[in-house]
Amino acid sequence: MDDFEITNPMYTNRIKKILEENYRIKSIEIEHDMIEAEPGQFLMVWIPGLGERPMSIANNRPLTISVANVGTVSGELHKLKQGEQISYRGPLGRPFDLGLQYKTELKCKTTQCVSTENSKFENKCDCCCGIDEASKQESGHPKLGTGNPKHILTIGGGYGVVPMYFLCKTAREHGIDAYAIIGGRCEKDVVYEKHLFVVCKEVFVTTDDGSRGKKGTVMAEFEWLIKEKKFDWVYTCGPEKMMKAIAEKCVELKIPCQVSLERHMKCGTGVCGSCAINGMLTCKDGPVFDAEQVLKFSEFGKVSRDGCGNRKEM
Amino acid sequence: MIMIDISTEFFGKKIKNPLILASGVLGVTRGTLESVCEHGCGAVTTKSLSLEPKKGHEGPNIVETECGLLNAMGYPNPGIDTGLQELNGWKMDDALIISIVGKDAKEFGQLAAKIELAKKELGASAVEAVISCPHTPGYGMMAGQGTCGSITEITNAIKENTKLPLIMKLSPSVPGEVAAAKAAEQAGADAINMGNSLGPGMKIDINRKSRLPGFGMGGLSGPAIKPIAIRCVYFISEAIGIPVIGTGGVNSGADAIEMMMAGANYVGVGTSVYYRGIGAFGEISNEISDWMKMNGYAKLKDIVGAAHSKK
Repeated sequence: MDDFEITNPMYTNRIKKILEENYRIKSIEIEHDMIEAEPGQFLMVWIPGLGERPMSIANNRPLTISVANVGTVSGELHKLKQGEQISYRGPLGRPFDLGLQYKTELKCKTTQCVSTENSKFENKCDCCCGIDEASKQESGHPKLGTGNPKHILTIGGGYGVVPMYFLCKTAREHGIDAYAIIGGRCEKDVVYEKHLFVVCKEVFVTTDDGSRGKKGTVMAEFEWLIKEKKFDWVYTCGPEKMMKAIAEKCVELKIPCQVSLERHMKCGTGVCGSCAINGMLTCKDGPVFDAEQVLKFSEFGKVSRDGCGNRKEM
Repeated sequence: MIMIDISTEFFGKKIKNPLILASGVLGVTRGTLESVCEHGCGAVTTKSLSLEPKKGHEGPNIVETECGLLNAMGYPNPGIDTGLQELNGWKMDDALIISIVGKDAKEFGQLAAKIELAKKELGASAVEAVISCPHTPGYGMMAGQGTCGSITEITNAIKENTKLPLIMKLSPSVPGEVAAAKAAEQAGADAINMGNSLGPGMKIDINRKSRLPGFGMGGLSGPAIKPIAIRCVYFISEAIGIPVIGTGGVNSGADAIEMMMAGANYVGVGTSVYYRGIGAFGEISNEISDWMKMNGYAKLKDIVGAAHSKK
């Protein structure tokens, strides 16, 4: 604690724009470039007098959330208009890993000197030996696989498509090719298709009744695509049983995978413990978890808790 | 390098250090309670359990201020029956303290009776009764539970229904904390936890002209309240013979040493998790040992009460 500074302030800014995504989802763009926010993180959005709810960040510049009109707080958010105030804390939670913090290190095999990707010698090492491109070796994130990802697959089930969009947009900004699978019960439930089309290499749409895209489930589309194309890393957000199946498949295929969990939250900052899953906190250790880590949780895909802390079967 | 041994005894159980997780922090599920132990805490206190399940207050529930947190959780809990089921068969080497909260002495008695029935399989070392919450209607300060008469009645009701050691958790917010502690001791309490959060306090968000937390006010915890907690612990510990758990604003080994020198046998830690994460317990524990080594103290008992003049 330095200089009595509040580390997790409540921001209040005006609404820049409201987009109707579909019959029950609105996107709210806020006059705030939250540049420190990363894909996978969330805000605790506050309606004074009513309460606060965790909401996935859909974009950081400008700060954007997408809200489904399903309850008291979301209902109030749907009534807000352009120019009105909105309050929130964030960014909170562990973000998705795109390997961006690990710059690819190109080492000359002969001398072990390190040159960066911006070498002024096009096919040669920056050191004096001038060894060609083929001899360079890459180092990367030890946990999520070697090398930085070049092709990623994202699977967004239901509202899970929201953080997947922010992830794909960020991937594209860093030269990573992102593929997205999204779906819904029928055409009116498919959201974000246009947004994803702009930032993804390819978007795969499924609907249960075939009214838009391919007839079938998001899960079936994933099982087909993961065999068709090679992906470096996989990310998913959506119904927990779907994420569990995807995580299991990725571990089987030895593809690094991250999921984004949802649990009932109160403080959102790692103090109260309401959002715990097997002793880990969804608001602080998550919401993003690695597949290998989360598959060891006995509660994953099986048990969550209500507002009283009661365990309930999924 | 000889490590200073800061292990101590807690109602018959040897614990690795005198740090106790305060009720309300990371205490909803068994998983987090075990995790806190694994991260270096000597004993853990559960989230307070009531007779019936409670949803608690609407959020924001925890609000950061310049000098600590304001909380108004409202005792969300699944009710004592479910709560005890989850804790059954506690196997950690670290002590488990069951926190209970009731509207009146009768409810506290009923809660104690349920714990007594489940005692054998539970593995708990003590019961802690919260009578000092500053922000929940019907409970604690808002129900006048801070009076000596009330404390006596509640302590009696619990002692009549369970043989487990009883810790009475008092408030630092009301004058007469010494009389309150003495009343609890006289009625049979086995330890005093001084204390609960301070206040209630309130924050006004100047951009929305609205009160925080969601309930409209909350208990203040963290660095701002340490001087109050220290003062209360100092005077209570010299007036009673039973052990004191000193809780309030401890965020470092130095703070813990200060609390022990004021007279605390054990040190409650809660809000520190906000500032230092779950690693706070192990870090504070190491800081205690390091300070003792650097200042020539070999044993914890040379620190406890050291600020009191020798008679």
